[in-house]
Amino acid sequence: MSAPAGRIDFGARVIVVRRGPVALRFRMRTALVCLALGAATLAVSLVALCLGDLPLSVPEVISVFLGRQSGIVETVVLDWRLPRVLGAAVFGAALGVSGAIFQSMTRNPLASPDIIGLTAGSYAGALIVIIVLGGGTLPITIGALLGGLVAAALVYLLAYRQGVQGFRLIIVGIGISAMLGALSTYLVLRARLEVAMTAAIWGAGSLNPVGWPQLLPPLVVIVLVFVALTVLVTPLRQLELGDDAASSLGTRLEPARLGLVVCAVALTAVVTAAAGPIAFVALAAPQIARRLTRSAGVALAPSGFLGAFVLAGSDIVAQHALAMPLPVGVVTVVIGGGYLIWLLIHEARRRL
Amino acid sequence: MLGLLAAIAALILAVILSILFGSRQLSAEELVHALTAATGTSADQVVLDLRVPRTLAGIVVGAGLGVSGAVVQALTRNPIGDPGILGVNAGAGLFVALGVALFGASVPAEYLYFAFAGALVATVLVYLIGSAGRSGADPVRLTLAGVALAAVCTGITTGMTLLDPLTFNKLRGWSAGSFVERGYDVVLPVLPFAVLGVALALASARSLNTMGLGDELAFSLGTHLIRTRVVSVISITLLAGSATAIAGPIGFVGLMVPHIARWIVGPDQRWIIPYSVVLAPTVLLVSDVIGRLILWPSEVPVGIVTAFVGAPVLIYLVRRAKSSTL
Repeated sequence: MSAPAGRIDFGARVIVVRRGPVALRFRMRTALVCLALGAATLAVSLVALCLGDLPLSVPEVISVFLGRQSGIVETVVLDWRLPRVLGAAVFGAALGVSGAIFQSMTRNPLASPDIIGLTAGSYAGALIVIIVLGGGTLPITIGALLGGLVAAALVYLLAYRQGVQGFRLIIVGIGISAMLGALSTYLVLRARLEVAMTAAIWGAGSLNPVGWPQLLPPLVVIVLVFVALTVLVTPLRQLELGDDAASSLGTRLEPARLGLVVCAVALTAVVTAAAGPIAFVALAAPQIARRLTRSAGVALAPSGFLGAFVLAGSDIVAQHALAMPLPVGVVTVVIGGGYLIWLLIHEARRRL
Repeated sequence: MLGLLAAIAALILAVILSILFGSRQLSAEELVHALTAATGTSADQVVLDLRVPRTLAGIVVGAGLGVSGAVVQALTRNPIGDPGILGVNAGAGLFVALGVALFGASVPAEYLYFAFAGALVATVLVYLIGSAGRSGADPVRLTLAGVALAAVCTGITTGMTLLDPLTFNKLRGWSAGSFVERGYDVVLPVLPFAVLGVALALASARSLNTMGLGDELAFSLGTHLIRTRVVSVISITLLAGSATAIAGPIGFVGLMVPHIARWIVGPDQRWIIPYSVVLAPTVLLVSDVIGRLILWPSEVPVGIVTAFVGAPVLIYLVRRAKSSTL
């Protein structure tokens, strides 16, 4: 690799956007991967809008968005299918970003919300609200958020012993997940039958209940968290360098860490409240994205795009590939678990 | 030896508790009446047709889980080994679901062979994934491989049961891990396999002891490494498969019990395994009694109780500064 004379080769090609006092640097490859994933998600979503009991063609769907269709086709696309398709993409993005935050903060590819018990905590919190208090969308979301935060605090405290070591964090997370899972099953068992049936389907992670009223509150929260993350992404990068380097670069460690944890838990919690525990997207998306972008660390934006693509694709598989629609969580658990196994084999090979 | 007698006494106490407590409360006189001179009263029926077989199921499942946990921990030199955590039970569960869906298995005696096949496949897979690479079996990778495999297996099982509600109905009482309606027809066909599994475990205890020193040292002490591994895996398969065939997936018993045994007798597999045979049913029966009482008169599957009791043990084990000696 010979750099042209007079220029320094920085390795990756970079695009710089300057506008007044703001200068944004993007890695060329990261930007291209994000664009490609965004386009792929859009394509998958279009296909998802076409499929169903009333099969539509792509031009028909597009004409609905251009306002040239009315009647049943418009109702089907805009009121029935769009919230679900949009939900899949947005929730997938939220899960991917949440996983990326945790993996980046702990510098551990396995410390995703699924493994370290946050998803289980959010689910248990939401279940307590549904079964014990019998609440609506907002209380359920708050319950999921509190459950996730409590689980995060519990796992962190129990794993803390002169610092948090990756191995201990993961095993403690698995233990807490098992306990919270047992608690959730217990709650479902003592609930009335109708509630229990709903909870069982929702417990596998399903986008079935997602309509506009269920989609809007989480959508607002997710957008707000994404906005907050544009500020927090700088400290996140510096935390990756290690605590000492980060604090000498001027990052206030504890506020930054607290903010990031709250953001990540909020993302998982709102998704869990709306669609149940959708497993393993948060685990797999950041790692696949990292391999696609060939970046050094886990990056938020590509993880988000990849999460959106994975969940949108999984939802099509779950709904249409088999004789009966399945909860999407069943598909993601198989894809994500298979990916985790592959990751373990791959890591073992590399060590040879 | 004294410790073992105490453990047996504890087991007998647990058996009595398990027969006494349930949705229908019995008095001690009713119990004695049923066991000595049954005349077919309703109390006699409860004891002889429900409680006794259920307790027997608890003993067989407990011994299977406890001993397979001890063998897994010794074989992989992994203090957090457990047939539940390592995905063996989930693998057995998946194969049983496949057996029900594809081959029309309908009674637990038929589940048995599918459970064995699943346990074997899962054990070998997790062991291969976890020990791939030069560093050998590393606890973290083994655990993660087990969790991943368990997730995939459980996901496929859930998907299948949702696709075919008829299968779901047959398996519903079975998938959470419970002893409800496990009569003699369920327990007796499994019993010989469980006994064989325990015997194999006891037979390989000496070799497992030397393997705890490391492969090279064990080899130079004259241990046949491959034979020990194969016998151990067969024993794990028989024990975890038997337990899962009777009760469905139950986690954490196989994790806790060998550690309790190790605290009592130290790191000698020739003692740990017999202790596990006695201690694990005690833990499981007490958990089952708790499960029957906390939602009285309905009940909580025993697998839920063991997760609640056992997960803190897992956390305690990783929090200890010194990793457990095997």
